Amino acid sequence: MKYIDEYRDRETVQALAREIKRISKRPVKLMEVCGGHTMSIQKFGLPALLPETVELISGPGCPVCVTSRSYIDKAIAFCRQKDVVIATYGDLIRVPGSESTLEKERAGGAQIRVVYSIMDALQMARENPDKKIVFPGIGFETTAPGTAVAILEAYKEGVPNFFVFSAHKVMPPAMAALIDEGVKINGYIGPGHVSTITGKGIYMDIPVKFGLGVVISGFEPVDLMQSVLMLVRQIEDGNPQVEIQYKRVVKPDGNVKAQQMMEEVFVLGDDWWRGLGILKKSGLKIRPKYAAHDAEVNISSEGMVALREPKGCICGEVLKGLKKPKDCTLFAKACTPRDPVGSCMVSGEGACQAYYLYNR
Amino acid sequence: MKDDKILMGHGSGGMMTHELIESMFVRYFDNPVLHEQGDSALLKLSGNHLAFTTDSFVVDPVFFPGGNIGKLAVAGTVNDLAVSGAVPRYLSVGFILEEGFPLDDLERIVKSMAEEAAKAGVSIATGDTKVVEKGKCDKIFINTSGVGEINANRLAISSGKNIKPGDKIIVNGGIAEHGMAIMAARNDLNIFTSVLSDCACLNDLISLVLHTSENIRFMRDATRGGLATVLSELVQKKNFGIRINEAQLVIEDSVRGMCELLGFDPLYVTNEGKVIMVVAAEDADRIVERMHSNSLGKKAAVIGEITVEHNGKAWLETSVGGKRMIDMLSGQQLPRIC
Repeated sequence: MKYIDEYRDRETVQALAREIKRISKRPVKLMEVCGGHTMSIQKFGLPALLPETVELISGPGCPVCVTSRSYIDKAIAFCRQKDVVIATYGDLIRVPGSESTLEKERAGGAQIRVVYSIMDALQMARENPDKKIVFPGIGFETTAPGTAVAILEAYKEGVPNFFVFSAHKVMPPAMAALIDEGVKINGYIGPGHVSTITGKGIYMDIPVKFGLGVVISGFEPVDLMQSVLMLVRQIEDGNPQVEIQYKRVVKPDGNVKAQQMMEEVFVLGDDWWRGLGILKKSGLKIRPKYAAHDAEVNISSEGMVALREPKGCICGEVLKGLKKPKDCTLFAKACTPRDPVGSCMVSGEGACQAYYLYNR
Repeated sequence: MKDDKILMGHGSGGMMTHELIESMFVRYFDNPVLHEQGDSALLKLSGNHLAFTTDSFVVDPVFFPGGNIGKLAVAGTVNDLAVSGAVPRYLSVGFILEEGFPLDDLERIVKSMAEEAAKAGVSIATGDTKVVEKGKCDKIFINTSGVGEINANRLAISSGKNIKPGDKIIVNGGIAEHGMAIMAARNDLNIFTSVLSDCACLNDLISLVLHTSENIRFMRDATRGGLATVLSELVQKKNFGIRINEAQLVIEDSVRGMCELLGFDPLYVTNEGKVIMVVAAEDADRIVERMHSNSLGKKAAVIGEITVEHNGKAWLETSVGGKRMIDMLSGQQLPRIC
């Protein structure tokens, strides 16, 4: 398949592996921030190709994973209100709240619909004026522009029954907070999709303040191996900087139009991250101008249950890269994709699920 | 969190289905025949060995590229018998019809069932019809049961108890085609017009293989949960391992493209015309060669082998030379796929 096979070429991957082995002298830990990278690394079995000196650890880049349980509790409270339909991406419906999941609510009769695009949710609102369609907006700079577009369309067109429940977040505060918390890493494999929107500017502080390199990577095995090589080279040369490996998609300035739309619809506010707690200016809140489409303003969350966190779950430490999924006593025993305790086991991008599926 | 209601994942064919079967059906129905849990039950009646199986079909949409619910209902039951090593003979058919379902559509479905049964050499010997009020079922659901005769020296095929390290694993062609054809039909993905369901009766191909070699150690059709689920079921609690070579898997470009776009792992996507065989190493090449002469085996290939290492686990050597584990489908990949 063109544009994919080239990046999955066995010989190229093996050659990159040999070069990494040749130049890597000191032991390093590289963090892939993005959940898509975690899944790709495990799916293609890349750790088996790296020398002992290079360890990859997973970071907080799975949107579902960093979202709080109380967010799910609130979505569940919404779906129990009269005439509310939750239109959501599939990976959210199995995420455990304190007492239930959206999937279980659906089995109990709540109206939960899986959509592939927020535009399908907007269309659902147009076609069902007597229902209140609530879209849970999850994700980083990658998905936030799509949400912004839908809100702008609903606003211009006047679709009064379309609401977004935003838990959108931005990446850089989390990357800085990890290092501040003393997580020992030697470089970041930078998120490819986030950077497509933002460009490389948002990472420029990291080499300066913390002395760590960032290589923005694509998602195929050749991309990831090349990014590892670039980071190892930076470390061996003592020259940390922000580089783009994923040049065929990521431009240095990013997608300016998407950035403007995000700016128009959202304002930065403090937000809670699993494992990291409250990070200043890390959440995207809907601006008052668009409050008519903000689910939190318009939909009652009456009956929302009190927050209960599960005992023994180390999702927080896994997200910070302090522990691996296998270090958790619940892993593959009490916590499986079939019956997940923590959010990292639910999402297709979660580190625990990736390890469960591919590296148990 | 314990489930107190049926969830969609209970019908996935993966881990949740297994748990439901164990904790509910086997718990109450338990008997030595059921205990084997092969694709067909193996029975001995008046000195004759029989294979007996049943399957229900709720696929949405009813008509899809490459087939329809009727063709699927015949092929699915024929295949469950054939992979047990049996020669399929008679089928029963039960219809649950929704009030208002067009008779023309029903006729198209019934005609293709008759054609498929004739092709497979089975007779539809008995049936049942029920109609429910509009909205109480979705258009049409079909149940088929089937019986077949099985040669006494093929009784070990369905459990795979004669599998040995070194045996080769064969698949008869491209994987993930049925699941992706259904996805394309469901979502009006017109760019994928070339993706057709592989839905077909495999008994001819299997008969050819059984006449080529006496050393067929195991067969299973890779339906819900896909290739990965069959392999991990096979290897569980066994004192051998499985190694699959990703580079040897056949995945048509259009299917691969669709899996990439929609984020599906083809190893877990449903097939309706693919059989996984474990055969003696010395016979493998000869079997593959013979399979190539059958229209449903043109792309048959050895995709891996039974190993002494990694007991109880299935491993995939990835196309780039990495290594990863293959597990059973754990949640739900696609509802109402068959």
